[in-house]
Amino acid sequence: MSGHDSKYFSTTKKGEIPELKEELNSQYKDKRKDAVKKVIAAMTVGKDVSSLFTDVVNCMQTENLELKKLVYLYLINYAKSQPDLAILAVNTFVKDSQDPNPLIRALAVRTMGCIRVDKITEYLCDPLQRCLKDDDPYVRKTAAICVAKLYDINAELVEDRGFLESLKDLISDNNPMVVANAVAALAEIQENSSRPIFEITSHTLSKLLTALNECTEWGQVFILDALSRYKAADAREAENIVERVTPRLQHANCAVVLSAVKMILQQMELITSPDVVRNLCKKMAPPLVTLLSAEPEIQYVALRNINLIVQRRPTILAHEIKVFFCKYNDPIYVKMEKLEIMIKLASDRNIDQVLLEFKEYATEVDVDFVRKAVRAIGRCAIKLERAAERCISVLLELIKIKVNYVVQEAIIVIKDIFRRYPNTYESIIATLCESLDTLDEPEAKASMIWIIGEYAERIDNADELLESFLESFPEEPAQVQLQLLTATVKLFLKKPTEGPQQMIQVVLNNATVETDNPDLRDRAYIYWRLLSTDPEAAKDVVLAEKPVISDDSNLLEPSVLDELLANIATLSSVYHKPPESFVTRVKATTQKTEDDDYPDGSETGYSDAPATAADGGVSPPASSSNVPYAAARQPAAVLVAPAPVPDLLGDLIGLDNNAVVPSDEPAPPSGPPLPVLLPASTGQGLQISAQLTRRDGQIFYSILIENNSQIPLDGFMIQFNKNTFGLASAGPLQVPPLQPGASARTLLPMVLFQNVSAGPPSSVLQVAVKNNQQPVWYFNDKILLHVLFTEDGRMERGSFLETWRSLPDTNEVLKDFPGILLSNIEATLDRLAASNMFFIAKRKNANHDVFYFSAKIPLGIPFLIELTTLSGNPGVKSAIKTPNPDMAPLFFEALETLLKA
Amino acid sequence: MPVAASAIYFLNLRGDVLINRLYRDDVGGNMVDAFRMHIMQTKELGTCPVRQIGGCSFIYMRISNVYIVIVVSSNANVACAFKFVVEAVQLFKSYFGGAFDEDAIRNNFVLIYELLDEIMDFGYPQNLSPEILKLYITQEGVRSPFSSKPTDKPVPNATLQVTGAVGWRREGLVYKKNEVFLDIVESVNLLMSSKGSVLRCDVTGKILMKCFLSGMPDLKLGLNDKIGLEKESQLKSRPAKSGKTIELDDVTFHQCVNLTRFNSEKTVSFVPPDGEFELMKYRITEGVNLPFRVLPTIKELGRTRMEVNVKVKSVFGAKMFALGVVIKIPVSKQTAKTSFQVTSGRAKYNAAIDCLVWKIRKFPGQTEPTLSAEIELISTMTEKKSWTRPPIQMEFQVPMFTASGLRVRFLKVWEKSGYNTVEWVRYITKAGSYEVRC
Repeated sequence: MSGHDSKYFSTTKKGEIPELKEELNSQYKDKRKDAVKKVIAAMTVGKDVSSLFTDVVNCMQTENLELKKLVYLYLINYAKSQPDLAILAVNTFVKDSQDPNPLIRALAVRTMGCIRVDKITEYLCDPLQRCLKDDDPYVRKTAAICVAKLYDINAELVEDRGFLESLKDLISDNNPMVVANAVAALAEIQENSSRPIFEITSHTLSKLLTALNECTEWGQVFILDALSRYKAADAREAENIVERVTPRLQHANCAVVLSAVKMILQQMELITSPDVVRNLCKKMAPPLVTLLSAEPEIQYVALRNINLIVQRRPTILAHEIKVFFCKYNDPIYVKMEKLEIMIKLASDRNIDQVLLEFKEYATEVDVDFVRKAVRAIGRCAIKLERAAERCISVLLELIKIKVNYVVQEAIIVIKDIFRRYPNTYESIIATLCESLDTLDEPEAKASMIWIIGEYAERIDNADELLESFLESFPEEPAQVQLQLLTATVKLFLKKPTEGPQQMIQVVLNNATVETDNPDLRDRAYIYWRLLSTDPEAAKDVVLAEKPVISDDSNLLEPSVLDELLANIATLSSVYHKPPESFVTRVKATTQKTEDDDYPDGSETGYSDAPATAADGGVSPPASSSNVPYAAARQPAAVLVAPAPVPDLLGDLIGLDNNAVVPSDEPAPPSGPPLPVLLPASTGQGLQISAQLTRRDGQIFYSILIENNSQIPLDGFMIQFNKNTFGLASAGPLQVPPLQPGASARTLLPMVLFQNVSAGPPSSVLQVAVKNNQQPVWYFNDKILLHVLFTEDGRMERGSFLETWRSLPDTNEVLKDFPGILLSNIEATLDRLAASNMFFIAKRKNANHDVFYFSAKIPLGIPFLIELTTLSGNPGVKSAIKTPNPDMAPLFFEALETLLKA
Repeated sequence: MPVAASAIYFLNLRGDVLINRLYRDDVGGNMVDAFRMHIMQTKELGTCPVRQIGGCSFIYMRISNVYIVIVVSSNANVACAFKFVVEAVQLFKSYFGGAFDEDAIRNNFVLIYELLDEIMDFGYPQNLSPEILKLYITQEGVRSPFSSKPTDKPVPNATLQVTGAVGWRREGLVYKKNEVFLDIVESVNLLMSSKGSVLRCDVTGKILMKCFLSGMPDLKLGLNDKIGLEKESQLKSRPAKSGKTIELDDVTFHQCVNLTRFNSEKTVSFVPPDGEFELMKYRITEGVNLPFRVLPTIKELGRTRMEVNVKVKSVFGAKMFALGVVIKIPVSKQTAKTSFQVTSGRAKYNAAIDCLVWKIRKFPGQTEPTLSAEIELISTMTEKKSWTRPPIQMEFQVPMFTASGLRVRFLKVWEKSGYNTVEWVRYITKAGSYEVRC
């Protein structure tokens, strides 16, 4: 081992900070250097050493480059928390930026750009201006990137001070690395701006393509990525570009290769000559294949991209299917992607080989992979008509192995094959029926039942087979129930004999009166009405010819595919999602018309009103996650007042709105107003309202922050004290800077069991919120237990009774709610169910109604609940049993809230 | 955007942060907690190297006992990110003298901070060439395996070299004896069906170079590849010499190789970095000479016995020999007792991996040793499930043999001072994933 830095981690616990302080102020250089190293070590392990700020900054003026770098590193980390003290460092920065040593000049400018403190930013301008014109290319390349940093902090400043022009000049620099960094910086600035800043003309294009040859590998990536946005004027220009880019395919760096592929694919769209296209395809194939001998992680990226490429240009790898055969030791994520590509490349020519492979995979160990392999065989059958029979015989062979999950998966795909080739392969149904008893997965069961119903007239004992499922009808999952219903109706229509007639009675009864599933009930009623009014019409409807399916699974829309191909090598191409669907920072709005500005404010104001009035108990729609919302919004009054809003304000609002839209997070509920936890009177004008909520199985802290003070507030952070359930935030609080009068509402995802407090359960949740301008605010919130009720808390009657009996009476806790009147039972049950407190049964005892419910909180702690009420009279008696009776008070608190709501 | 990272974390297997660096402001400092909670502590770990949690994406890989995690919130260039990690690890290794693990990070954290500051700026990778960085990032205790002279103070024109067109070689190198070592290392990948037909077979080779050359030499490498030879004879307008030629499916080059020139003239010309580097990689699928044939017969005799016979045939020249041959023959998990005979080497049963491991230290060409084993199985009460047989895997090294048939025809060195160079060439073929299904 070369270094011995680990010694810096082992400092004495006692009085560490004062000790370090003393050492930092030592008169000996070496001691000071060691002390700074200790500080950095402490910072690395997460200790807060920000209190040493002044002492560390005092060490900044040194000739020792290593020490200087460490101090700079410290500054980057802590300047934000000590903005006033950070100004102390400015002088040294400015001085360093004029040091004779280019390394120090570059270091100063690089570091200053990383310190995101407004006051410092102003001082950055002059040194940056100088460094952009420095004699030394190393300084210039650093300064180029620094412009992008500055633009991120203060775009206006960059534009005002003419940095963009200086940056554009650097594109013509004689040093390739400077050019590359300037291109990267400009491309990034362009991405975050609505104005055309960095437009690639054919002149710049040609200049940059020439620079490619001399750039470092990363510089080549920057340039290729920037150029891939260029639209060639015609096929000839496109061909010229491609010709100059193709040599990059031979680069050892996978990022260069993928960026080159991206660029070539973009230009190929314009090229009309089939010969040229064919030739290019031939050239691209080997480098793509070579990527598969890189590290598995890089292989994964390559495979996800190849998946896209073969969707657009299937010929590229048509002859290379063998390279996608899985190696036994490939990581699972590589195997899964290879399988997907094998399906896409499967053709009549290679299907025999492919099937042999799939069959081999279907006997491997990893269950997910095996299932996917079986499904792959089915998808090949659907894709290749001539190979369907061979695929089916492989599936039958696999069924004979009698591995449970293989059989079930095979049956699922055979159902699809029947849909694709109706009336062709029924001869195999007998074989399938042999495995009937082993089916225990809903999808497999439903598939088998569908097959029986569809071919009821060809299966002699179809009625017996279906009947065997009917006994357990009430317990089956909805998917199976629906299929059973339809299959029985088909059977009855095809064989209207006595047996099926009785069955249909049972099924219809089960599916209407005895069920609480609206889908099932509706479908059953429709069938029932059809059958009773006009059986012939029923036949026309139920037995109608179905459209033939095709294998379109995992195929992308052409327009989406276009977008993804333009993003080759990026996250977008790995997720197979367009960038805007997962990137939080969206480009600032392009159009700054009045239309864009006003509705934002007025709409939200408008939609808030009725929502507040609406019944708060109804769960918000689950699919609201795509609705973007304005996290930071000016109150309507502010927006409307200055009617002819100057563009500047419009810009600001537009920018704010978009800059912080986390489009992948569920929109905050527009439900009831949140309880105020920190009133403005206590919070020096800062008002915080918040509540825990549960949405889509995840706990969120819904927070509304209103700035009623006179100063802008920013840098909001939140922390939760130890609590019974260890609730803590899953990520940072995403609140934009708030101007006076502005407010922001956000949903903070929460996680459990992070900092669990000892002691008896308590519903108290202590929260601390801070920002850069004010002291830390502390307030108390209450954890309502029903937020923790999990979606899987539903119990079957049997297990409910069993659990109830198995718990000793000491675990039973009683409580009366004398004031509560259950007027609308139905609505109450729905509301409880929406909060994951599931209704199990109802019983009449004299003139009392007794209801039973179950609920579950994380760690699988169940609650069994009995509610007794005299119908029409106020007063609810509650008895609960749970393995953790000490949670009972919390539970009753939640129950009361739920019943009152 | 070619941004590769907003933050980079190095974590140990427990999830403690060993070192981290935030490059951009768009991800919170506590996002690593999300990684710990949603990936490290779940069975998700290892199922997918790119994951999105909340608004952030995590791009991670494990190297020895360290997780390297890149966090981004924009649509970053993933290929760039992974390649950056791979190259950064290379760089650290070259600084620490070979090892990269938890201890090495703790012991060199000051140096790593310094390097992290230098090799990436605002999420954009910068120069990662060890040779150049060592000019001006020097720490006590840094042992460079090939630095010619200790550099006490930064070379004055370091910055010019970092950014120069030859960003991988410094100027003014002087060696008494000018030498070049070429190592052609091939790994042959095979997947053979139980019936002996080749399902997939390819060779990935790399040419490793060690240069101890003075000044700024220009090098040109000639191989016996078909296209290169054809082009050469075309240029010199004389018929190609007869002799074995091979067809390269694909080649990739170190950044020092002039790609445009390769594209037009098919010659590999370059100014090499000093010391050791990987000049090129190539891939071949046609006409591969397999060094070994494996002929297994596995019979299941009733429920509790198995008979395994494996014959391994070496098909390279009789004067050559393979080293470190290991053949792993999988057996059922229910194996109770094994007995076996081998005609060469040693075999034993390794219960941890459910394999018979047969090792032959020195394996001459044109021989065919065999292993025959009898295996008794524990009879299980439950109905016998068909045993899923993993493939037989093989490891080996064959010096002075190339599975592709590749040969170096010449290596020319030009330098303005006109010195003479000594060139050394070695060949070796190793097993990549050499699998035979049974």
